[in-house]
Amino acid sequence: MGSYVLRRLLQMIPVIIGATFLIFAMVFGIGDPAAGRCGERACPEAFLVQFRQEYNLDEPLIVQYGLYMAKLLTGDFGESFSGLSVAEELINRWPTTIRLAVIAVCFEALVGIAAGILAALRKGRFLDYLVTLSSLLVISIPVFVVGSLSQLVFGIRLGIFPVTATEGGWFDLLLPGLVLGSFSVAYIARLMRSTMIENLRSDYVRTARAKGLGPGRTVGVHTLRNSMIPAITYIGYDLGALMGGAVVTERIFNINGIGGFLFYGINTKDGTIVVGTVTCLVLVYLLANLLVDVLYGVLDPRISHD
Amino acid sequence: MTDPSGVAVSEFSTPPAGEVREGGQDRQEARSLWSDAWRELRRNPLFWISVVLIVVLLTMAVAPQLFTSTDPRYGDLAVARQPPSAEHVFGTTSQGYDVYARVIHGARASILVGVLTSIGTVVVGGLIGLISGFYGGWLDALLSRVGEIFFAIPLLLAGILTFYLFPPDLEDPLILQVLTVVGVLVLFGWPSLARLMRGAVLQVKPNDYVNAARALGASAPRLIFQHILPNAVAPMIVVATLNLGTYIAVEATLAFLGIGLRSPAISWGIDISLASSIGLVRAAPHMLIFPSIFLTVTILAFIMLGDAIRDAIDPKLK
Repeated sequence: MGSYVLRRLLQMIPVIIGATFLIFAMVFGIGDPAAGRCGERACPEAFLVQFRQEYNLDEPLIVQYGLYMAKLLTGDFGESFSGLSVAEELINRWPTTIRLAVIAVCFEALVGIAAGILAALRKGRFLDYLVTLSSLLVISIPVFVVGSLSQLVFGIRLGIFPVTATEGGWFDLLLPGLVLGSFSVAYIARLMRSTMIENLRSDYVRTARAKGLGPGRTVGVHTLRNSMIPAITYIGYDLGALMGGAVVTERIFNINGIGGFLFYGINTKDGTIVVGTVTCLVLVYLLANLLVDVLYGVLDPRISHD
Repeated sequence: MTDPSGVAVSEFSTPPAGEVREGGQDRQEARSLWSDAWRELRRNPLFWISVVLIVVLLTMAVAPQLFTSTDPRYGDLAVARQPPSAEHVFGTTSQGYDVYARVIHGARASILVGVLTSIGTVVVGGLIGLISGFYGGWLDALLSRVGEIFFAIPLLLAGILTFYLFPPDLEDPLILQVLTVVGVLVLFGWPSLARLMRGAVLQVKPNDYVNAARALGASAPRLIFQHILPNAVAPMIVVATLNLGTYIAVEATLAFLGIGLRSPAISWGIDISLASSIGLVRAAPHMLIFPSIFLTVTILAFIMLGDAIRDAIDPKLK
């Protein structure tokens, strides 16, 4: 177990270095690093001079990267053109985005897993078709369409939920959270259904049944525990991915989270905000994946013993 | 030797067609994986629904004139933001464009991005996966590490960053702008297919018929393209078809955020983006609803096709 965790940690280091270098190379290696940093206008001369100095643009590329990483690791994500500290802004906005992601993940875990189990147990009957077809439909609707339409229906027409969630309270974020989790809820239902069906036919379940155990024990313990692993792993990866996906949801519902900040950066053409936020989101995504992989080793001992 | 049939992954227990005894009762077994899959597919109603939808959408992309003779770029402000009527079946936008004409013409961008990106990832990812799996060693290690790095950046974030830094030139013709979008999606989308292909190759490589061909002196390209590729390609085809819908969604999402394809290019993502400001959602919901329906149906059609192919190829999931 210990060596598995260690190996996983070590494997992660080149990926983090590679991914940050890739982002760095796209920003500073190709094209004009100062492009798109000053809104619709060209950058003023004084800004350019300071910019060159701040990012050490006169050094060779690899030294630039080292200094850039040193800054990132000390939490310096640069300053936006209007003088906002990107790191400070990100810290202030985390709680909102995390709340949004937590709502989405709870929704995914509860509804997705339950629907998948029900469909698998009622395979070939009405409930199964209902879950299969509705999850197929939900997977096909892009999140921004779900968001815009549910804002229209539940926010504007029916008035059940607030139309925008600028304040960022739990209730305000409920509808956006459900929207954010809509794709994954359907995906998890499908995933859960197919693993359940596969495991229900497996040898160890047949053995359990042959021993005379009741359906509660064979389904509830033997099948379910094994079938949960892929769904739980997916949810874990998704927690990282949702932070990035939140850019769409936060733009629609006008939420002041990380995604809203990224959209603000795109919209006002502030490159420091865009690059800083994307880098930060990629790092969060990678760390979430690392955490899941380590947990996976705990949940499924077969993984850590290879 | 050149028979492309046979086992794809070890789960598929049909033996390669050549090995099967001739004879009455065993004729069932002589069917190859692909003809078996085709028999399954033909019986699946979801497959036929998706095929019909895709054919209609492809026609729409190739020849939008067949569906509408209205110019999607002709804005008549006198009729701006009108609800659906006999003259404008889907209503008009706030610029006075005909929503129906725009929806029909919007198919081209989405379909092009989806199809070309899928083909691109299959070619790049498939080739890299084949090479990694077949040669192994340091080449495999190197390619796998590079893949991990590109895989580490979620597609949407990669798209946002790239198109922010290198926006497509609005002066370029549509096909060039589409190709830029396709290029970026392929660049960040190939690793998952490469990984899949590599796994399949590793399962096929130790089989007896590969060893036999090698013993007979077959060259590496012959081994790869005649013996390994046909038997290892099935899982990748399934995932690539399922991914097609995802790529269409990512393109539309980028357009929705105001990067990637941009007006005057016509795409569903752009139109949904324009329609989704709160004031307009209230005043002209038809502007939002019709492009959304078309986008969703397109993605649905490709996901259904992928599902049907998967069910046909992989009997385990039935």
